[in-house]
Amino acid sequence: MHPTDQTTAKMALLQISEPGLSTLPHQHRLAVGIDLGTTNSLVATVRNGISVVLDNESGGGILPSVVRYLADGSIVVGEAAQAMQNEDATNTIVSVKRFMGRGLKDVGEISRLPYRFVGTPSPSAQEGSQGGMVQIRTVAGVKSPVEVSAEILKVLRRSAETALGGELVGAVITVPAYFDDAQRQATKDAARLAGLNVLRLLNEPTAAAIAYGLDNAAEGIYAVYDLGGGTFDISILRLSRGVFEVMSTNGDSALGGDDFDQRIHCWLLEKNHLSALSPRDTRLLLTHARAAKEQLTAHAETHITAILSTGEAIDNVLTRGEFHAISQNLVQRTLQPLRRALRDAKLNVAGIKGVVLVGGATRMPQIRHAVEEFFGQTPLTNLDPDKVVALGAAIQANLLAGNRSNGDWLLLDVIPLSLGIETMGGLAEKIIPRNSTIPTARAQEFTTFKDGQTAMSIHVVQGERELVSDCRSLAKFELRGIPPMVAGAARIRVTFQVDADGLLNVSAREMRSGIEAAITVKPSYGLSDAEITHMLQDSTQHAQDDMQARARREQQAEAEQLLEAVQHALEQDGDLLRENEKNRIEEQMNILRNTLQLADHLAIKRAITALNDATVGFAQARMDKSVAHVLTGRNIAELEVK
Amino acid sequence: MQPASFDFQQNYFDLFGLAQFCQVDITQLEQQYRALQALVHPDKSAHLPDAEQRLAMQRATLVNEAYQTLRNPLRRARYLLSLHGVDLQEENNTVMPPDFLLAQMEWREAISEAQRTRDATALDELEARLQRETRELENRLTVKIDTEKNYAAAAELVRKLRFMEKLAEEIHAAYDAIDL
Repeated sequence: MHPTDQTTAKMALLQISEPGLSTLPHQHRLAVGIDLGTTNSLVATVRNGISVVLDNESGGGILPSVVRYLADGSIVVGEAAQAMQNEDATNTIVSVKRFMGRGLKDVGEISRLPYRFVGTPSPSAQEGSQGGMVQIRTVAGVKSPVEVSAEILKVLRRSAETALGGELVGAVITVPAYFDDAQRQATKDAARLAGLNVLRLLNEPTAAAIAYGLDNAAEGIYAVYDLGGGTFDISILRLSRGVFEVMSTNGDSALGGDDFDQRIHCWLLEKNHLSALSPRDTRLLLTHARAAKEQLTAHAETHITAILSTGEAIDNVLTRGEFHAISQNLVQRTLQPLRRALRDAKLNVAGIKGVVLVGGATRMPQIRHAVEEFFGQTPLTNLDPDKVVALGAAIQANLLAGNRSNGDWLLLDVIPLSLGIETMGGLAEKIIPRNSTIPTARAQEFTTFKDGQTAMSIHVVQGERELVSDCRSLAKFELRGIPPMVAGAARIRVTFQVDADGLLNVSAREMRSGIEAAITVKPSYGLSDAEITHMLQDSTQHAQDDMQARARREQQAEAEQLLEAVQHALEQDGDLLRENEKNRIEEQMNILRNTLQLADHLAIKRAITALNDATVGFAQARMDKSVAHVLTGRNIAELEVK
Repeated sequence: MQPASFDFQQNYFDLFGLAQFCQVDITQLEQQYRALQALVHPDKSAHLPDAEQRLAMQRATLVNEAYQTLRNPLRRARYLLSLHGVDLQEENNTVMPPDFLLAQMEWREAISEAQRTRDATALDELEARLQRETRELENRLTVKIDTEKNYAAAAELVRKLRFMEKLAEEIHAAYDAIDL
């Protein structure tokens, strides 16, 4: 059964313009890669064929992912915010990534974090339970993790636009490979809120593999072990002749360097017989814990001294051996995902050619040691674990924006966790298994169980466990408008489509009547479009004129690109067309050229659509020719033998 | 040889330019898959308007689905038989030879015993044996479809292989369960 069989194969010419020819060299489109990290965030771009991290406003390339809200409504991001994290702990949000797409009950260490959390009722929960994304009450009002992340992204966007001297065409934003749908959606929402056009959500280990693989012309099967500030990923990839193919991925989206800080923090509390610290002291000890952890990478022991607001003095020596002992089970927790990823890829450690370490937390000696012991080989460390993700994202952004200056490659990634629906008895039935290559789709048929039933409720979940209550609830929606029939007669086909960002879309149709059932997807953790629009309006109240001008520039750029692509296609494959078809296309090209001078972006858009429509047949003919070329280029002999 | 084209209605073998046989050259299939994805993958149209991106997603989805179907021997046979109009009766025909059912019960017991005693070596052995027996059934299936064109016998082998697939899933789950 084709998941896509009801789609019409209508296409426009832009779609198949040759790779590498869609833009001229002088039309370099500004695109960036952004590593939105738990601890630090970076923005990088490809300049003169080389991926580089861009400096931000404070001069360095690395922006601490810290946002401070002030009473007067101003917002401070980065080092200046980080400097105030002890003094103004409740209004200074660090590691906000851990709260993305997460509910109150997921934030386990609440008592050890200096924030005033607010639960939000899930929009999909009927009884209004506290199932929505957690929010944080600050002196400037209640903020969602999406808004906090957007503040970080806005700073990176501004730095990039200043450094590159122009508006960005788009950005690739990286996410942990093990992020579920809710976390991915929250990240994309944050980017939209920051005014970024998201070219792709890219998995962090995959981004690292691109940077590493292209740099080293690597071929073979590689494992990327990525332990960041708050997340852990393992991805196994096959690299061969310009193809990056993710074979499997696993991880823990709530395990990272922060947890090692927490261990030291707990150790300090225990050593000093402390309990119930103020937010300020909690942050103070966490800051010292992090410094101690970093010290122990190069030193055998470290001295921790601090004075609490109560006047009490902290004075302890932590040795490397003791640190290893108190963090041993965290290290162990990364090994189970390794074994699972290998099993899913049907491999054993002997099949792994190289192991790439990514993320600042992989600097800890106990991590390096554990990885070396597990894989039986020394991990590759000839890249900066803090920067490689952003550098890889920039390389991919450059490709996606249509600048093919670094050649061309293909990236095949997977969905990290199975998608399913709730069935009788609270069980989860898997519909799309984990490690399926994306984009992917599955259709499932449902029926009514009562005579005359016109509505049906569907609960979409993500995870590997059998019980729905152990999986993540992604959305609950109602199918309405089912024509009344006897029980079991209706055939409702629900299609689950996962796009190249790893995001799920659900659509439904009653097959017998052909009625497209009304469907409302209420994300359990995400923001509704209305909420996003509202937030965007808030932030762009004064920018209406800017937006008009921007829309016009975008349409002009698109028009120029389309004209160029059509011109090129006509020169190359004009012989596929009859004379009258060719005349019609040229006529639409002239109309589009004339609208370019107009101020009205809608007029340009209409002319673009008209030219696209005029080239549908031509595009199909060219696609067929390309496919024929692909299929016959290498294997014609074998094909004809059969 | 028909001229190749990209049509959402065409069958998976045609999409990859392969002849309709149960026996498939996996290396060739992989090469064609990569070549097709290099053409249709959404990354190739990320800079284009939304409508183009949606179409790219649908095409790449179809190519992935077709590839996964043809790559897996059981799914491939099932698909090929459906092209031949064979009703596999996987849901309603549960009549299996008694010795096959008995063997199934023994498999299940061995797997749950290995899980209960957390015996990874036993699971390794079970997995290796299961793979051998699965290969054997797959080879017979290829002969039934490609050579003998005995689709009724092929349908029964498909139903048997479905049981073997379930066992493989159970072994996988057992590994996950004992790995804490």
